[in-house]
Amino acid sequence: MAKLIALTPCAGLLPVTEGSVTLTEIEMDRMASIAPFAGKAAAVGKALKKVGLGWPAPGTSITGKGAEAAWFATGKALVIDADVPDLAGLAAVTDQTDGWAAVRIEGAGTLDVLARLLPVDLRALAEGGCVRTVVGHMQAHVTKAGPEAFRILVFRSMARTLVHELGEAMAGVAARG
Amino acid sequence: MRVEGKGLIDRSRRVTFTFDDRRMTGYAGDTLASALLANDVRLVGRSFKYHRPRGILTAGSEEPNALMTIGTGAQAEPNQRATTQELFDGLVAQSQNRWPSLARDVLSVNDLISPFLGAGFYYKTFMWPRSFWEKLYEPFIRRAAGLGALNGRNNPDHYERAFAFCDVLVIGAGPTGLMAALTAARAGADVILADEDSRMGGRLLAETGEVDGKPGHLWAEEVLAELAALPNVRLMPRTTVTGAYDQGTYGALERVGQHRPREPHLPLECFWRIAAKRAILCAGALERPIAFPNNDRPGIMAAGAVRAYLNRWGVAPGRAVTIFGNNDDAHRTAQDLAAAGVKVAALIDSRTGIEVKADYPVLTGGRVVATSGRLGLARITVQHGGGTRTIATDCLAMSGGWNPTVHLTCHMNGRPEWREDIASFVPKPGAIPGLVAAGACNGTFSTAGCLAEGARVAAETLADLGMSATKADLPRAEDGAYAIEPLWHIPGKGRKWLDFQNDVHVKDIKLAVQENFRSVEHMKRYTTQGMATDQGKNSNVAALAVLADVSGRGIPETGTTTFRPPYVPVSIAAMGAQAQGKGFAPQRFTTSHAASVERGAPMIEAGLWYRPSYFPRPGERTWKEACDREVKMVRSAVGICDVSTLGKIDIQGPDAAAFLDFVYANTFSTLPVGKVRYGLMLREDGHVMDDGTTARLGETHYVMTTTTAAAGPVMRHLEFVAQVLRPDLDVQMISVTEQWAQFSVVGPRARAVLNGVLDTPIDDTSFPYMGCGAVSVSGVAGRLFRISFSGEHAYEVAVPARYGESLYRLLLAQAEVLGGGPYGMEALNVMRIEKGFITHAEIHGRTTAFDIGMDRMVSQKKDCIGQAASRRPGLLEEGREQLVGLKPLQPASRITAGAHLFDEGAATKRQNDKGYVTSVCWSPTLDSHIALGFVANGRARLGEKIRAVDHLRGVDTTCEIVNPVFFDPEGGRLRG
Repeated sequence: MAKLIALTPCAGLLPVTEGSVTLTEIEMDRMASIAPFAGKAAAVGKALKKVGLGWPAPGTSITGKGAEAAWFATGKALVIDADVPDLAGLAAVTDQTDGWAAVRIEGAGTLDVLARLLPVDLRALAEGGCVRTVVGHMQAHVTKAGPEAFRILVFRSMARTLVHELGEAMAGVAARG
Repeated sequence: MRVEGKGLIDRSRRVTFTFDDRRMTGYAGDTLASALLANDVRLVGRSFKYHRPRGILTAGSEEPNALMTIGTGAQAEPNQRATTQELFDGLVAQSQNRWPSLARDVLSVNDLISPFLGAGFYYKTFMWPRSFWEKLYEPFIRRAAGLGALNGRNNPDHYERAFAFCDVLVIGAGPTGLMAALTAARAGADVILADEDSRMGGRLLAETGEVDGKPGHLWAEEVLAELAALPNVRLMPRTTVTGAYDQGTYGALERVGQHRPREPHLPLECFWRIAAKRAILCAGALERPIAFPNNDRPGIMAAGAVRAYLNRWGVAPGRAVTIFGNNDDAHRTAQDLAAAGVKVAALIDSRTGIEVKADYPVLTGGRVVATSGRLGLARITVQHGGGTRTIATDCLAMSGGWNPTVHLTCHMNGRPEWREDIASFVPKPGAIPGLVAAGACNGTFSTAGCLAEGARVAAETLADLGMSATKADLPRAEDGAYAIEPLWHIPGKGRKWLDFQNDVHVKDIKLAVQENFRSVEHMKRYTTQGMATDQGKNSNVAALAVLADVSGRGIPETGTTTFRPPYVPVSIAAMGAQAQGKGFAPQRFTTSHAASVERGAPMIEAGLWYRPSYFPRPGERTWKEACDREVKMVRSAVGICDVSTLGKIDIQGPDAAAFLDFVYANTFSTLPVGKVRYGLMLREDGHVMDDGTTARLGETHYVMTTTTAAAGPVMRHLEFVAQVLRPDLDVQMISVTEQWAQFSVVGPRARAVLNGVLDTPIDDTSFPYMGCGAVSVSGVAGRLFRISFSGEHAYEVAVPARYGESLYRLLLAQAEVLGGGPYGMEALNVMRIEKGFITHAEIHGRTTAFDIGMDRMVSQKKDCIGQAASRRPGLLEEGREQLVGLKPLQPASRITAGAHLFDEGAATKRQNDKGYVTSVCWSPTLDSHIALGFVANGRARLGEKIRAVDHLRGVDTTCEIVNPVFFDPEGGRLRG
């Protein structure tokens, strides 16, 4: 029996470097959305604590042992690269590993590049802070991943537009010298 | 002419440029205007209407005359102001609105016939014959009048848009702005200081006065160095704040690449949206001209501009300069020129009783009553206390006083207030929430006053933000009073120009009043005063002063016209940056995209998605040949199609079933686990919203599919229902459209193909019609749904998207072995029409479940969205247009989508309209054109004839009304 070959959303598109800013793809191992049912948020938080995470407050993420729980929307969180504990009856757990293109943009000038496309003040984010916003016309989930590094998630199908638009912004900022 | 030892230019760096094909040189730090004046060029343009010779009037963005086309070819940019255009090596500038040359312009004949071309002339003169207006008069007038022209080619330049945020936005970096920014920055506020000049400092760069015991520009440099070193400050030179908008948002245009040679990727301009908690407007003031006869000759300039050219750029705009003013400020120009060794031919002050000790002639109580010089000023005639005299002069520096730059404070419909003592309008406090004006733009004209006000307003702003300012010592500076005696226009022979850019003079205003266009807004429309790229920056106040005078009212009573954004012209390309070409919307690609393109499939856009239209084979000449083959292939063997674009929504929770019963017209709580059901969704008003299938994967777990186009709207609708209408239901939902790559495998051999890729073969028992469940697809956990949009035995198989491309290629390989292959949107559409399946062509927003023959699906055993409204009598009448099939009597006769339906024998007019055609195709299965459409009372008219008439395309086809399910109405193939 043939085996299926896996391709990442940005396969063949990344990495890209312009000036001091580099854009690379983040290869997600696992990512699931967790949405607690009515009255079950505390129990879900407890279960996530057991795996070294917890329920992230709005606009924040919790990391531990290479895994992460990131706020995603009202009543929703993403659990990334972790074994989701059994939450049957407690929360809706949905696999999102393949639904999103994930990129990391970093280097001096990253904020200037993102200011071309994101209508939010990313300087206000602490490391691990995250925000739902748009990148150009694409809805996105953005997390501050380092002193001058951000992780951006957009719909998988828009990977090419994401890379193109970030690349154009990077080139424009780099050209200013 | 350059003046040795003056100016802030870098004389060690020569810069070469061309103006109207003449090579010239200037220095780094020059503007195009200062370099032209240094090269003794006075004539720089022709006026809008009368093609009068014009020279540089100002030294800033308010310049009405010196508009140039910069650059060549597709990159040529018209209407660039020479006064803000920085000089760079290789700059190419062309003057505008002249032919064949600036000095010999044929259309300057307009000036000779000017008595016939007064304000509003075209309303009167070109009325007859009526038809000539559009064909002859208007094109001619438009050709004769005007500024620069677009080159008509695609713009190859890059532009940017960007966002910025701050606590305090300081607009303008003159003494007030620098002091305000410094005060705010030292207190730790997040500060943006934006200034439209390439070099910050404002008037400090143009004056000789000292600040803190040193030249003003050096003090400015020190402040800027301190600001630049602070991490909480962002300096934005070359950035004009163009508009004040709601919630503290300001638009700003940054010139990024216009001052240097083009470079790949370097944007020409960047349009900023700055969100500021507070703003301090330190925009300065603009000097106004005086309307004396023939005051528009090249060489007649604003007095402050003459000073700026001398002090900042080391240029004397004339060899024998006269100065004419009504205020103390004008005297500075004479003093600076004299001190620099430039001959001052005379200083004319309109006021009497002024005592000035100077080495040059001073004429008080004086008036300039005439000027002469064809292409540049040569002489002026002055009446003064001592009589009349003619003075030879090549440059006249005039000052009618200063107008505070109040524009931004009026962008939310605030009106400025008149201040008698300075004969100017000042901003009304609070006109823009969160913005305070300070310094010259607030009517404070002395340098010391500006510094103090900048510091004070910044401190108040900080207090407002809950921060405190450290008290800084104010630098010492000039604190002279500003004495002025209003002087608007001077009678005499010849036109007294007010609006240089639109060629409006005093008599035009009088004419407007005479014609009863007395309101300032009416006067503006009648005369076009204040309308072009300078938006009346030089002329508004003087024009309304004349209007007030002529109409016998006071200035405050007359009021101003409305200042609107943008403050300076903003290119559409900058505002629309990143949306050029395909940047307008994201492109969405399926995982099978590359494989489809490899097979030569033309891609069509479906929403934002790109989907294959058809897969051409060698020898096929048209899309239809490919489409017909694909339909036959699917119906006889097997076809593969990527259906990942359909919306997929994962719905879970104890109340998931109840939730679906509420959003769908039909019932889903009764659907067994492992089954799929077709669902119809209504809007609140009872009309059909969307349709699709929903599978029950577990007791409390469903996955809904939507149409491609409605994926977003349905998701939004479900969220609205869950959050607003039924917060009592415990349900969670999230889109999984992108998570799964999903392919339909369709046709009699579909199962054989699938069993070639599934780890455990399926049969009719394990996967009956409308069955669903988890499967292992070549080692990958996937999902399988036995559903059909073609009427064939069909499945949709889904795997996580990373495997999409691989599975698609594998399915194609398997299908091709069995005589099958890929099919595109065209074939998909044909097959669904053959089966009478609806799309948004039918559920277009005006049709109900009743109309499409699905009223029985609207369950009466439960409530659902739209149920009550769908019961309204008007929505259930037999006479409504109902979904039917249409088959031409001659199979080869075409039916067109959009055609309207008429009874045989009836006139084909609106009143006899019986319905319309929604979907059409050639059915290779039935060897006939077929169509779906809506016919009044259609279900009762099966078998009758009706005409499909397309008035637009001239098609008239007689059809039979038939059941919309053309093919296999019993559905035997589905279950086979």
